[in-house]
Amino acid sequence: MLGTGKFRNKTELTASIKASGTEIVTVALRRIDIERHEDNILEYIPEGITLLTNTSGARNAREAVRIARLARESGCGNWVKIEVINDSKYLLPDNAETVKATEILAAEGFIVLPYISPDLYTARALVEAGAAAVMPLGSLIGSNQGLKSKEFIRILVDEIDGVPVIVDAGIGAPSQAAEAMEMGVDAVLANTAVATAGDPAGIALAFSLAIRAGRLAYLSRLPAGHSQAAASSPLTGFLFEP
Amino acid sequence: MISLTEINAVLDNRDPVSVEKLAQKSRGLTQQYFGRTISLYAPLYLSNYCSSHCTYCGFHSKNRIARIRLDPAQMRGEMENVARMGIENILLLTGESYQATPMAYLAEAVRAARDYFTGISLEVHPMETDEYRELFRQGVDGITVYQETYDRDRYAEVHLSGRKSDYNYRRDTPRRAALGGIRQISLGILLGLGDTARDLLALYGHLRWMEKHFPGVEYSLSFPRLRKIKGRAFALCDVDDTTFIKILCLTRVLFPRVGLNLSTREKPALRDHAIEIGVTRLSAGSNTAVGGYGLLKTPAEQEPQFDIEDKRSVHDIVRLLKAKEFDPIFTDWRPIDNAPDQNPS
Repeated sequence: MLGTGKFRNKTELTASIKASGTEIVTVALRRIDIERHEDNILEYIPEGITLLTNTSGARNAREAVRIARLARESGCGNWVKIEVINDSKYLLPDNAETVKATEILAAEGFIVLPYISPDLYTARALVEAGAAAVMPLGSLIGSNQGLKSKEFIRILVDEIDGVPVIVDAGIGAPSQAAEAMEMGVDAVLANTAVATAGDPAGIALAFSLAIRAGRLAYLSRLPAGHSQAAASSPLTGFLFEP
Repeated sequence: MISLTEINAVLDNRDPVSVEKLAQKSRGLTQQYFGRTISLYAPLYLSNYCSSHCTYCGFHSKNRIARIRLDPAQMRGEMENVARMGIENILLLTGESYQATPMAYLAEAVRAARDYFTGISLEVHPMETDEYRELFRQGVDGITVYQETYDRDRYAEVHLSGRKSDYNYRRDTPRRAALGGIRQISLGILLGLGDTARDLLALYGHLRWMEKHFPGVEYSLSFPRLRKIKGRAFALCDVDDTTFIKILCLTRVLFPRVGLNLSTREKPALRDHAIEIGVTRLSAGSNTAVGGYGLLKTPAEQEPQFDIEDKRSVHDIVRLLKAKEFDPIFTDWRPIDNAPDQNPS
């Protein structure tokens, strides 16, 4: 999945979407110029791509719900990525408010993809509330720091069944996307790493290849990390000596 | 937090290699957190009535200028002209007169602005929390309020009378605006009034305090340099271009995600470079006189708050941004119903 912010021009956005092979792109409703047609970001999203409107700018559940409803009324469809952020310094999501917004919007028929800090209880509550996926952050938005929260995401991968686990935020390089896919997450969402690259479409393609590689490695049951087992059994060998 | 010594070290260092290094760092952070995007806005002056006497300002109460306050039809006319330029983020300004531009007048202007713009900010007299809450309900997204200088003695010297001479009330304004629910708050200092390094240190401290207590607010900073007014200098600004650029860079390094505003009071060449280095919001096509967008036809009729250096149109700025591979952002907010309720469903 690809975010659409921070691109230096919209032609490169279109090229990156195509090169990435993504089927879903996320756009902030706040950046969609509904009234204006010239340079409207929606016109740069190729046909056949699912639009996932995000609630960027929402500081609580109430604002997220209002933005999602406005998006649907504006013809942006009913896929919504809930971003409730009440901290402009770290841009960390507010999990509690995100659960509240998910409950309301899922009940209204939205396809809800909530962005969260990786927390098992929150993820379970979201599934219970009708979320279509859970989207834990790899690290802070825009930080390019990769999977700082890897061990917590692994818990979600192991414990959350029935909805996809999608790593959102912090993925700064294709290798980090591959790392996420290898551990069994279902998808990754990238934006800054593509949009601010020298050649965004080139990086988008690199992400696509890395994600496929990571997924294939996971499906092929990548051997677990270096096993300490050796040919001899120094601790228990005595049990089996003739 | 940075120390005064460290700020002075940066401001005093004129070694081209060091300045370039700082600029590269600032540019890297800006591109990481904002991409190559620049938000555009324009100021719209509603009234130049003012009951404060600030020695550096063209609107001050003792200055003998033609006083105008737009009536509802006139403000709509001006708004329509600004909207037609392509602007969607509007900064509505007045002089600081609690009598001429009271709450009811401002609320009426905000309601009118909602018909033309997607983002509405105010730069008007400081108010109480309840008033900010009411303005937020009416559709105000942002409040701009500069302390001008954090040096109490200097503040008293240049703010001679009127409500603005109350230093503490002004410094407490961002807190009241945040309590009122305002989503974007812009702070700033007027370069040329006080000691630059000391003012920067105090501004950074103020912003840091606001970030800790009101983390949900989106902050931006401005560093206006004192300008002439109709050719007359009210005070001199000793901050040269090199220092100015270093201030932008240092601020970016300390506050990577905070917006940096740059108005048309700066020259085109400097603005063109500044966007490459760290500025994220530009005003464009600005007129700083009440009625300047069409109501008053000639500059002789107009009483600007300060003289503009960058007279390029919005169209020109957009063309320039695209040529430099920046994506101009017009819409950065979509008005949602701000009325409080207990049950969002």
